[in-house]
Amino acid sequence: MQRRTLLQLAAFVVMVPTTGMLLSACERTKAAPIKLGSILSVSGSAAFLGGPRLKKKKIYVERINAEGGVLGRQLVLVHYDDQSDAIKANGFAKRLIESDHVDLIVGGTTTGSTMAMVPLVEKAELPFISLAGAVVVIEPVKKWVFKTPHTDRMAAEKIYEDMKTRGLTKIGLLSETSGFGQSGRKEAQAAAAKFGITLAADETYGPKDTDVTAQLTKLKNTPGVQALLVFGLGQGPAVVTKNYSQLGMAGLPLYQSHGVASQQYIKLTGTASEGVRLPAAALLVTDKLPANDPQKSVVAAYEQAFKARYKDEVSTFGGFAYDGLMIAVNAIKRAGSLEKEKVRTAIESTHDYIGTSGVVNMSATDHLGLDLSAFRMIEVKNGDWSLVK
Amino acid sequence: MFVELLQFLLSGVTIGSIYALVALGFSIVFNASGVINFAQGEFVMLGGVAAVTLVEAGVSLPFAVMLAVAIAGVVGLLVEKLAIEPAKDADEVTLIIITIGASLTIRGMVQVLFGKGAHVLPSFGGDKPLRVLGATILPQSLWVLGTTLSVVLMLAGFFGKTLLGKAMLATSFNKLAAQLVGINANFVLFLAFGLSAVLGALGGVIIAPITYTSYDVGLMLGLKGFIAGTLGGLGSGYGATVGGLLLGVLEALTAGYVSSAYKDALPFVLVLFILFFFPRGLFGASLTERV
Repeated sequence: MQRRTLLQLAAFVVMVPTTGMLLSACERTKAAPIKLGSILSVSGSAAFLGGPRLKKKKIYVERINAEGGVLGRQLVLVHYDDQSDAIKANGFAKRLIESDHVDLIVGGTTTGSTMAMVPLVEKAELPFISLAGAVVVIEPVKKWVFKTPHTDRMAAEKIYEDMKTRGLTKIGLLSETSGFGQSGRKEAQAAAAKFGITLAADETYGPKDTDVTAQLTKLKNTPGVQALLVFGLGQGPAVVTKNYSQLGMAGLPLYQSHGVASQQYIKLTGTASEGVRLPAAALLVTDKLPANDPQKSVVAAYEQAFKARYKDEVSTFGGFAYDGLMIAVNAIKRAGSLEKEKVRTAIESTHDYIGTSGVVNMSATDHLGLDLSAFRMIEVKNGDWSLVK
Repeated sequence: MFVELLQFLLSGVTIGSIYALVALGFSIVFNASGVINFAQGEFVMLGGVAAVTLVEAGVSLPFAVMLAVAIAGVVGLLVEKLAIEPAKDADEVTLIIITIGASLTIRGMVQVLFGKGAHVLPSFGGDKPLRVLGATILPQSLWVLGTTLSVVLMLAGFFGKTLLGKAMLATSFNKLAAQLVGINANFVLFLAFGLSAVLGALGGVIIAPITYTSYDVGLMLGLKGFIAGTLGGLGSGYGATVGGLLLGVLEALTAGYVSSAYKDALPFVLVLFILFFFPRGLFGASLTERV
């Protein structure tokens, strides 16, 4: 009796690992999943950018898998939160490449995080689609690095274009001391001459400043200034807008950057933002786009999918993650394999992809693929966005 | 020219009174324990965030303001009871580090519960700016100035006229002697945390309509308030007020006349400069070594 129990036990001990091995062998033959690396700033100072982006990625990965995956293989999201810290982003990129063996990376919320990851992906020869704003990500062109969001140079150019049509040539610049604001300031200065615009004043404010009336008073009293351009992210520009209205500066048209392109800006500023203009992606004005707009159906479907799942306002920042994911998935489909060089070439040849940020036409010299038409000039009217004709 | 100066002064004084309120909170805890409470900025944040949450939940503004201040006060008492009191025999540096831990905890919890976005509280007296000799000031700024002024007066009354206030002062001068004459030093510290939290939250609520509020506003305001307190002399009520106003006005003048790029560096330069000549701040007690 006792011997039998022992035998049973022995049989059991032998069987358990064997079944385990059998199971995993089965899974392996079924086709390994495609591993999609992701590093986003879900917490920390850039959380308002990274948070929505992670949500977007999750929705669409689920959806793609439900539809049978890519090349018959399921997508697996390997995600890390860099806490808005470039050093952490670098560490996680190393982990994605060396221990998770991902097939490509879509992520890098801030320019700092992205640039910390670039040397690693270049060395590992891994396709990387960044979600950061600044021009430096794709200029000079890096073989393995792509990006989806509009650049700050494009934003500055779009604004100057609009200023020119309104006959505003002498402007005051007020930029945030954050990375976004300073990069924007540089691009705004670089692009000015091309549009015949002179920057008569150049002031800054801190991202956590609670009052900028001093800077605005100075700008207001600078002789010849015809308009104001503010480059900042989040609540700083809202403080600027409120102070602008407090000082009664309506005579100087106020332009904001794409950094305020979210519903929150209108909510925070109330009536103070009436008449403010800014360049933004089509996603912000989905319901106002004319029916024949090529992006209309894409952004409408996107908005619907997001609202159904999260009951939250869509933000253009999250749209970039969707574009990054879709460009990657389309490229893998076209490449027909996960061979890194093939995927890279396929991403580079992305043509006429209609995303939330615009119509993307990449090339060997352009790893962004957007032109100025991707930005819409928007004006705040009666507490809502409206398209500037 | 004059209008410009007036505008700089008005914004400087508004911002300065906020710094002063934060600095007063630092002073009260410093007086009761010799500890610099780095969670002070978080009480400012808590006041604003709680008020916004309550208003968004449909509570009327005056009631939301009172409730928010009360909530922050309770949190202040909890911090003392749960974090400071168990370690009361530790030296001051340990206690200061505990307050840093408390501030991180509060900020993290608010971030999880309240979210990361910025929110705005409706202003108390409308949004129409008032014109003063060509310069403009928001009605809310008058609320800020008025509140700071009444808080300073009330604190002066509390410490100068009431038994409890005198007991707190006595504890700050000599804890052992105060205990010998029957003052419960533990209770004084408990009260000090509650009072400083209430003050901070009050500041947080009245500035929320001007500056917006989010889970991370406490950090910068706490830092500026600390500098204001050090400038004026930690532990001195008038010092905190003068230090706050001085800092606010100098910031505005630097941004206006020199360059906004130097505005944030100024407080730090100033604090080095003042501490070099007045090691205990402008209004601090003179340095005495206990033998």
